[in-house]
Amino acid sequence: MLLRLAGGRVYDPAHGVNGEIRDLYVRDGRIVAAPGPDERVDQSYDLTGRVVMAGAIDMHTHIGGGKLNIARAMLPEDHRSDPRARSPLTRGSCGHAAPGTFATGYRYAEMGYTACFEPAILPVNARQAHLEMGDTPMVDKGGYVMLGSDDFLLRLMASGAEQRLINDYVAWTLHATRCIGIKVVNPGGISAFKFNQRRFELDEKHGFYGVTPRDILRVLSRAVHELGVPHPLHVHSSNLGLPGNADTTLGTIQAAEGLPIHLTHIQFHSYGTEGARKFSSAAARIAEAINATPNASCDVGQILFGQTVTASGDSMTQHRNSGLASPKKFVVMDIECDAGCGVLPFKYRDTNFVNALQWAIGLEVFLLVTDPWRVFLTTDHPNGAPFTTYPHLIRLLMDRTFRNERLGLVNADARALSTLASIDREYSLYEIAILTRAAPARILGITDLGHLGTGATADITVYRDEPDRERMFSTPEYVFKDGELIVRNGAVVKVTWGRYHTVEPAYDRGIERRLKEHFDRYQTIRAASLQISRDEMAAFGHGAEVRTHPCRRGTP
Amino acid sequence: MSGSPIPAPDSAAVTCPFCGLVCDDLVVTGTPDAPEVRASGCPTAANGYGQRARSDGPRIAGRPATLAEAAAEAARLLRGARRPLFGGLATDVEGARAAGRLADRTGGVLDHMNGAAAVRNLLVLQDGGWITTTLSEIRNRCDLLILAGGDVTPRFPRFFERTIGARETLFGDRPGCDVVFLGHGPSKGTTLRGAVEVIGCDVPALGDAFGVMRALLAGRPVDADAAAGMPIAVWRKLVERMRTATYGVIAWAAPDFDFPHAELTIQALCELVKDLNRATRFSGLPLGGSDGDVTADAVALWQTGFGLRAAFGGGAPEQDLHLNATERLLATGEADVLVWIASINATRLPPATTTPTIVLGHAAMTVAREPAVFIPVGTPGVDHAGHLFRTDRVVALPLFPVRSSTLPSVAQALSAIEAALGGGG
Repeated sequence: MLLRLAGGRVYDPAHGVNGEIRDLYVRDGRIVAAPGPDERVDQSYDLTGRVVMAGAIDMHTHIGGGKLNIARAMLPEDHRSDPRARSPLTRGSCGHAAPGTFATGYRYAEMGYTACFEPAILPVNARQAHLEMGDTPMVDKGGYVMLGSDDFLLRLMASGAEQRLINDYVAWTLHATRCIGIKVVNPGGISAFKFNQRRFELDEKHGFYGVTPRDILRVLSRAVHELGVPHPLHVHSSNLGLPGNADTTLGTIQAAEGLPIHLTHIQFHSYGTEGARKFSSAAARIAEAINATPNASCDVGQILFGQTVTASGDSMTQHRNSGLASPKKFVVMDIECDAGCGVLPFKYRDTNFVNALQWAIGLEVFLLVTDPWRVFLTTDHPNGAPFTTYPHLIRLLMDRTFRNERLGLVNADARALSTLASIDREYSLYEIAILTRAAPARILGITDLGHLGTGATADITVYRDEPDRERMFSTPEYVFKDGELIVRNGAVVKVTWGRYHTVEPAYDRGIERRLKEHFDRYQTIRAASLQISRDEMAAFGHGAEVRTHPCRRGTP
Repeated sequence: MSGSPIPAPDSAAVTCPFCGLVCDDLVVTGTPDAPEVRASGCPTAANGYGQRARSDGPRIAGRPATLAEAAAEAARLLRGARRPLFGGLATDVEGARAAGRLADRTGGVLDHMNGAAAVRNLLVLQDGGWITTTLSEIRNRCDLLILAGGDVTPRFPRFFERTIGARETLFGDRPGCDVVFLGHGPSKGTTLRGAVEVIGCDVPALGDAFGVMRALLAGRPVDADAAAGMPIAVWRKLVERMRTATYGVIAWAAPDFDFPHAELTIQALCELVKDLNRATRFSGLPLGGSDGDVTADAVALWQTGFGLRAAFGGGAPEQDLHLNATERLLATGEADVLVWIASINATRLPPATTTPTIVLGHAAMTVAREPAVFIPVGTPGVDHAGHLFRTDRVVALPLFPVRSSTLPSVAQALSAIEAALGGGG
């Protein structure tokens, strides 16, 4: 079966293709070279006047795992107001901020997304996260496993263990939990909170273990690098949400000591203390640092106004903010000497000074970071806003007039403190294709996604070229997954299950003896029970392929 | 499909499905007909593994049938049903997934046999939330453990052993953990290291005591002499211990709070824990997970957005924790077919009802009244592989068969029924 997508305007930044009119050919789920004159094209789509990109990739979205299920359980009101009825093709589901897995998969695909990465998987909760992602149709998926507040690592560090052992543990964790990257959340802070520490500065010693967040960032970024895991250490910095935390963020970038580091939802970490309310934008300083540090990348975690829910592994921060919950309810958990979580519903209001400034800060970061390969389009779904707001966010980035109109509607004091109005930059379609396709695939080390070159997986999204970019990105005309049409005019026409993406760096299995002893002595499950087999994964994902991407060992 | 066994990474240890602790360190030997727990056992596990199959195969109205015939008859009943109830739901993740799929397709309702108890906690989660912890945190950190509602070991026999029993912790040796029972004291034979106190209070009135403790903690005046049948001084002393504990935990088993509006008692407990966390660390621990109740809720939650007591009749799922209760749906006749799923414990019989009933039951089950269809099913962790969530809603454990079995899993039986429903919606 040879498919031709004819005459579309193609944006494929991985190959420097910027809006050229091209034909694409697809066979057996992959993009192939133009056929010879004798080969028969079985089906052809006339894409004249259409915009063609690879399927979009969300590299940071909380779509599955314990804290999301807690959020779902807490928010019946969220689901009641946003039902999704079953159809002969699709399952009934619901939810706006914390949707069910079926609604999640359908809606992502209906927006032209074909891969999603869950960024906060606790090792002991990895099986649940993969079960949930397995029940998320349409899209590929993968996860980043959280380390940095787990007692095994902190004990290793406190005992002065060699980096080699830490690398083995990090690699074992990736294998056991079938993840593609390593995340650290408020390094050491989730553990410190269990000891009743309420704040944890970058160079502050953990009350029990004596290690600092900077130490944790150093050993983990080094482990990720030396193991050759493609995705840099994915860092949720210390002091999330606190005025003045930009200094912590700048220190965090330094803590990687030149090794690759990804700073996630950086909007929440770009705050200064200027002005009458001691809360200001530090987006310019942060963007300047990102621009000047080639080993650093970030995703924004843009906030957008409306009701959502915040779900995070950062129990310390979530507990500190619990009084801000709207409606007034929250869950905080300490989890298995492994990590923790906190869930609180939140309503961002454009009339609120802090919320309006947060909105402006996120946009400032987007517009002031000059390299589109190192800034990613996220709302930290659902923490800044549900992922369904992406088309609106894209319009804010691409349409300065629209952006300034919106700026005119927000809290006046916040507006006065923001430089947003003075920023002329408008993102191009080419840049949007970098942020949402080419760059995420590259930073994850997935070579056959995010582009439209020969050999790529044929995940392709086709849009009508509408001047209203929000409209355009809300309802693509066609979405192909593995070369099959799955969405037409923004509605699911075929249900698929995607695949899992993982890495399996090599390690010395001697670490397993230590882990077995640790689990037998201190934990309430055996180490073996934490490990997820490939067969289990495939069954979770309705027969999904588990694809392992290569690691290239860095120099120690 | 759960029927294809996944090789256990460490086949010496067995994971037990018979209570919400889902212990993964058992040693089970014996013959396939009579597995025996040789190590790390408890009375619940011994009973569970000792359930002997009575049923030879599926039955339609008491007559022997093949699985295909039974599935076809079940499909016929479901096709004619307007509001089938998928109740019981004592099954693994795979069975719960299959039940969700079938309920979606047939416009059914999902509820669990422990639904009434689970709802007491869910109402609190939906209204105010809570601060909770998990077993390994208690195992290593807890220095004061309070059991609201009294001893939980009748339901969770190894609870103390697996939490506060160990002397060695991650943070040094623990001489003992103080335990306070609110309600009945420890069962005979329970050994506890550390100080034990039994406050024989009136459990259904515990909400008053939690309210008093919140007031005392906040320094507000309390104009009462007693609460929950105990002098205020008792509660004053207890809240002071809670306030000064390093890492206190208060556990409760919602089934033990079997009185009207128990959710208000649980909420008062949870709000007290929140108050304590303003200055110290203190956590709640809701105990559940038996008969797969946490599993069924978790799966329904992630698939639909709603958990138990979600109904699919309107196309999109809708949850109503009161209207969609099994007892009510059967009593009012709103449910016109009952699918009763009980694959873990043979004594959890379908409720007495005249509603046509399809039972996917443990092979040792003896029903009082022959249902329209009976399909004997295997038990996850005994007859086939599967997954169960532990009490803390965090850890999903893999289960492996301890014997070879020809019994279908719940997921397989439900898939057979779904296949018999035919194509289309």
